[in-house]
Order: sequence, then C-alpha cells, then structure tokens
Amino acid sequence: MLVVELDGKPTLGRLLPGVAVQQLSASAALAEYLDTHGLSRVTRRLASRGIIDVVATASPGIDDIVVLGKIKQLERSGLYDLVVVDGPAAGHAITFLLAAKSLLSSVRGGPIHTQATDVAEMLADPTRCQVVLVTLPEATPVNEAVETAYALEERVGVHLAPVVVNAVDSGPGLPADEAPEGSPMRLAAEFRNARRAVHETECIRLGDELALPQLVLPIVAGSQLTAESIDALADEWAPR
Amino acid sequence: MSAAAGHTPSPSSGPATGATPDTAPGATPDTAPGPAADTGPTLAHHLATAEVLVCCGSGGVGKTTSAAALGLEACRLGRRAVVVTIDPAKRLADALGVPGGLGNDPVQLQVPGDGQLWAPMLDTATTFDGLVRANAADAEQAERILANGFYRNVAGSLSGTQEYMAAERLHALHNDPRFDLVIVDTPPTRNALDFLDAPGTIAKFIDHPLFKLLMMPTRRGMKVLNLAAQPLLRTIGRVVGGDVLADAVAFFQAFAGMETGFRRRADEVTALLSSDVTRFVLVASPRADTIEEACYFASRLAASRLEVGAVVVNRCTPTFGPPPARRPRAAARAALYDNLLELRTNAGVEREQAAALLQATGVPAGTHTTWVPTLPGDVHTLDALATIRGLLFD
Repeated sequence: MLVVELDGKPTLGRLLPGVAVQQLSASAALAEYLDTHGLSRVTRRLASRGIIDVVATASPGIDDIVVLGKIKQLERSGLYDLVVVDGPAAGHAITFLLAAKSLLSSVRGGPIHTQATDVAEMLADPTRCQVVLVTLPEATPVNEAVETAYALEERVGVHLAPVVVNAVDSGPGLPADEAPEGSPMRLAAEFRNARRAVHETECIRLGDELALPQLVLPIVAGSQLTAESIDALADEWAPR
Repeated sequence: MSAAAGHTPSPSSGPATGATPDTAPGATPDTAPGPAADTGPTLAHHLATAEVLVCCGSGGVGKTTSAAALGLEACRLGRRAVVVTIDPAKRLADALGVPGGLGNDPVQLQVPGDGQLWAPMLDTATTFDGLVRANAADAEQAERILANGFYRNVAGSLSGTQEYMAAERLHALHNDPRFDLVIVDTPPTRNALDFLDAPGTIAKFIDHPLFKLLMMPTRRGMKVLNLAAQPLLRTIGRVVGGDVLADAVAFFQAFAGMETGFRRRADEVTALLSSDVTRFVLVASPRADTIEEACYFASRLAASRLEVGAVVVNRCTPTFGPPPARRPRAAARAALYDNLLELRTNAGVEREQAAALLQATGVPAGTHTTWVPTLPGDVHTLDALATIRGLLFD
C-alpha cells in the first residue's frame, strides 16, 4: 500500500514507519506530466520563462488535474493494492475533485482533456476510488461533513466510504454528584460528562443526516501524535 | 486513553511551569501566559487599534469561532466591525448561529455593545462579476467578458480565484464607510497563503511577458487566430489544449484596458495587507500539527516582512483545581478522582508541549499568547460565542 501526501509539510513519513509515503506537489506533477508528453525540451524553456506559472494561472484547475492524474497513474501502476491520499480540507476537496469535470467542460481536446477523462472515470468507479470523509463529533464539523458528502455525491459523483469520526471521547457517565458541588472533582466530572454527551449527540445526528457507516477513533491525549499512538489508534479502529 | 499518547510531562523543562496552575474552582480559563508570552501587544490591543485583523491557522482549531468572538468584543468596544469568512464552507454562519446562512451582502447581527457587528459570506463569482463591471470601459466590454466560457470557469469553480476575490473583498470592506474594522477568517493554512499571495499573483500575471504579448495588438481587428498561431502559444496549446487557449486569449483580449484597474487594485490590496493597520492572529490548538501549521504560517508572514500580532491556542484541556490529597476508596468517588487527575495531567502535558513547540518553531519570542480552554458544550450559538469572548478578553 502507498500513502500520498499533497503539498505541505511532510509529516506522515514520521508517523508511519515501514509504510511507503509519497509527496505529491502540483508543480512537480506538472513538470513530470510535460516530460512524459514528450515536451521535456520545451518544459525547461517554458519553466525558465515563467510560462508554466501563467499556464497554471490562466487555466486554474490544471494543477489539480495533474495531481489527480498522478494519483491515477499510481493507482494504475499495479504496484499497490491500495493508495491512500491525504486530501485537502472540506471546502477545497470539492474544488479539487471537481477539477476533472470542470476541465472536461472547458477543454474540448488535447492531453489535458484525456487526463481529465481518465481521472473522471477513476472518480466515478467505486471499485477504484472512494472518498473517506473525516470529521469531529461537534456541530460545525458534522454540518460541514454532511454538506461535503452531498456535494461530493451530487457534483463530483464519487462514491463515499464509511465516514470517520475522529477524537471521540466516549465512556460511562461519571457520578458527578458524588462530590460536593463546586469541588474540583465535581466540576471535572461535569465537564467530562458534558463533552461526552456532545460527542454522543453529534455522532447520532451525523448518522441521522448521513446514511453512511461510521468509524469512530478515540481521542488521544497530549500534543504530539507519534507512531505508537497511530498504532494504538489503528488497533482501536471500531465500526459503530 | 492516556495510555495512547505515550508521553509523560518532564517537570524540569521550563515552559510548562504555568501549565497546571491550581485555578479557582470552575472551568476557569487558564489564560496565564506562557513564559515566551506577554511582552508583545495583547489581543485586546490589536482589536482596539487595527483596521484589519486576519485570523489564520489550520482547520479544526476553532479559527472561525475565534474570529466571531473577536467580532463580539469589537462590538462591545464600540467598533463597527465586519467579520468575513473566506472559507468555502459555511462555518461562520454556523458559528454565529445565523439560521438562514449568510449572503454576499453583510447583514447586521443583534449582539450587545455600543458598536455594530456585521457578517457577509464571500460569493466568489458575484465578487468577480462586480470587479469586472467596475473596471470595464463600458457595459459591452463587461458583458463580453462575463459571457466568456473561460471566464465563467475561472469565476465559478476553479481554485485560485477564491483567494484573489477574498483579498478583493477584504479591500472593499476596508473601504466601506459602514465599517472601521474588518475581521477575516481565512481558509486552512495552505489556501490562506494563496490569499496573501493572490494580489501579488494577479499583479505578476498582468506584468508577465506572455500577457503583454497577448495584449500587444493595438490595431483593431487583429485576430485571436493570429496570436494562437505564434509558436510559443502553439506549444502551450499542445499542453493545455487548444480550446483553453483560444478561450483564454479571447478572455484576455476582452480584458484589454482593464488591467490597469486590476493592477492598481492588486497593489492597493498588497499595500493594505502589509501596512500596520493590518494584524495577523495565529490560531492553533494544542496539537503539534496545528502548531506546526501556525508556525509555518508565521515563517511565511516573516518572509513577506509581516509579523504575527498574537497567538490564540484554542481547545486546551481545562483545569479544575487540585485533587484531594489521596484517592478516595469508594469506587464512585475514585472514578471522579481519576477523571480530575487525567484531565489535569493531559492539560499539563498539552500545555508544555504546545508552549515548547511555539517557541521552537518560529513564532517570535514575546508574541502574546492566549490559552483558551475547551467549553463543556458545543460552540454554535451566540451565547456560547459570548462565553468564548469572555475567555479571550476578561
């Protein structure tokens, strides 16, 4: 299996020892794309004159499509059973995944059109590609996940896998009134109970508004995720 | 759950000394500044003196909530504030508890204070259309551009435009006499950088040799085809598809004469973002990834000779005061004791690690930092926002 990180600071390599992690950036993907289309000689000339910037600006979405094209190429390489992509955040995920459709309607021929066609095919085929939405058990993230889910299904036409609810604090209710009112133990218990109630309520609401199975990940204390905590999370991965 | 983290606090290393203060009972905000904090101007100072406040940080750190709470405080201070979200998702409407959502025109919210609080939602296409109309020589030129297929794609759905239009909107709101403070809720980090880069991108684009080449024909009747026949453009056409190019060339030709207006506007936006009436507030949570994103942003600001005005760390585990001297025997009370201790330990570890990360990864020493505890309930009503406002400022 392969994990793909899009532009940004590489962090997953550190968290996933022994797992193949590849960085993809739009500019590198575009350069590679040009090379493989026999334009290696002009690529340098285009790059040196800043033309690639202009192409990307003049034809926004082209950077998204070459990244998606590269992902499709990895998927088609036969080297991996599974390619996991750490995609952009909700609002931009829609723009990113819509790039194929947008370009198909605006570009009527040429290699980019072919690329967009291939990517659109991959996105539409649930045996090849599914989207895992990740959210938190709170009102705003849940609303956003629901909206994003509908947009992805209706506008992008991609299949949705189970939704992941991350950092869920679950557990039995604490008997807060065993401690005197206003005491630290009482206040801490009331806080914890309230947080757990919010998480429970939002998980239920998510289920009501989005007919997808949920995978629940427990909250991890501390500031630093480590390879060990990722391992522990993977063990606790529990269908709800 | 504490077993999963695999961390223990190291009491000897400095920054966390203020991490587990024995606060008075209640989910008291632990706003005691970290050791690196406090010499710089406070959030309250920025709020009172800035004309533009930009909140930036990664997703899921309560950035929108912070922006909205800053708006509440601004209103309380008697300022006429407008909070604008450029996040494509409708977070701000949620955070402000506006049931019908927000429109492109600012609506005034009913909140306490001598000032006013307004909120619009950014509608990229409408903003771009307005900009084209404002800069077109006549209605005919505007319509030609608005009808162009390439333009519709750019304005409607493709990435990059959103950030530029956000910068444009920010500028327009700053110049709007109804408001004396614009609070901006940026998208998650990577896109927020685009937002800062956007005016520059447009200026660079307009100054680019290719654009000049496209704009060169001054004689009327010069055909798009002639341009597209140039070797360089043919090469690009091979790469991106001839149709994109033809539409793009048509768009740029229709655009002729407007570039001066656009460039002046882009320059003004850049000047506004880099002037001292604009302040940047980094928002993070006590999670390493969000702090690293915030610090990455700090370094990008520094590269553009901009500075971080203040830091807000949201969603900190609250502390509730010291536990009893010994663990109770009765199971029920022991569970309460364990819970108090667990939260307390988590809060300490979290604060220590977060403070160390902030110091280690590039937020300038002395930058004022506010630590905001997680609320027991969810923050999606004006009442809850008012509580956050209190935690930030009282």
